[in-house]
Amino acid sequence: MELLAEQRGEILVVRAMQDRIDAAGAIQFKDRMRDLTAVACPRVVLDMSRVAFLDSSGLGAVVAVMKALAPDRKLELSGLTATVQKVFRLTRMDSIFTIHDQVPDGFRHAG
Amino acid sequence: MDFVMPDDGPGIDRSDPQRTAQIKIAANPLAVRNGLATLFDTALLRSLPDDDCGTAEIVLAEALNNIVEHAYAQHAGDIEITLLLHQSALMCRIVDTGVPMPNGTLPAGHLAQFAATDDLPEGGFGWFLIRALSRDLDYRRVDGRNQLSFRLNTVQSAP
Repeated sequence: MELLAEQRGEILVVRAMQDRIDAAGAIQFKDRMRDLTAVACPRVVLDMSRVAFLDSSGLGAVVAVMKALAPDRKLELSGLTATVQKVFRLTRMDSIFTIHDQVPDGFRHAG
Repeated sequence: MDFVMPDDGPGIDRSDPQRTAQIKIAANPLAVRNGLATLFDTALLRSLPDDDCGTAEIVLAEALNNIVEHAYAQHAGDIEITLLLHQSALMCRIVDTGVPMPNGTLPAGHLAQFAATDDLPEGGFGWFLIRALSRDLDYRRVDGRNQLSFRLNTVQSAP
C-alpha cells in the first residue's frame, strides 16, 4: 500500500497512490497510516482521488485510522471517486467523516 | 421470485463472451483482488456502464471476502464465479466447498448503530452492502457446496 505524506501548514496530507483499498491491503494500509501520522499535526487529510475501489475491509481500516487519531486529531477525506462514495453513502459513514472535494489548502484555512 | 441461474433457459448462449463470464479462483484475499480484475476486464463487464460495474464489484468483492474469511476460514479452497447477462440483469452465482452458513441462512446484515466515535464499527458492513445492492439473494447448500446467487439490475439491456 503506497501512501505519500506531505505536511501543508496544519494539515498532513496523505495521498493513497494505489487504486484500491481492499481486504488484501487493509492491514498494510492501517500500519502505514499509523507510521505516517506519528508526526504532530492536528488535521490529517487522506486524499483518495486515485482510489477507484474500496471494500468493507478497506472502509473498516479507514474507520480504524480515524478512531486511532481521535479524540485529539481528526481524519478528513478528500476526492472520493464514484464507487468509494457509494460505499460511504450506503453505510452512512459519509455522515461521520468530513469529506472534501479536493485537498483543502492548509495555509489559507489554518485555524 | 425464487432465483435460479437460468442455466438451460431458452435462447441463452453460454459461450457468448458478451453475455457470460466464468472464473475459478483460490480462496485468499489476493486471489480475490486478481480475480475481480480479470472479471472486470471481460467483454461482458466492459460492456456495462461504470456505475453498474462499481455496484457489481462491491457486491462480488463482499461475497468473495466472506467466503475467504468464513466459509474457508483461512483454509485453502476454490471459489467459482459465474456471471450471465440476462435481459437487463447481471445474474451472479458463486460456489464454494467451505463450511455451510451458520443455521443454513445468510446473515441479516443490519448496519450497526453508533453514537460516538469510540462506538464506530470497523466491520460488519459486508452483508449490509450485499443486501442493499443486490436483488433475489439466494443461498442454498447443494451436494456439500455453498451456492450463493443474486441479481444486479443494469441500465443496459442485453443485446
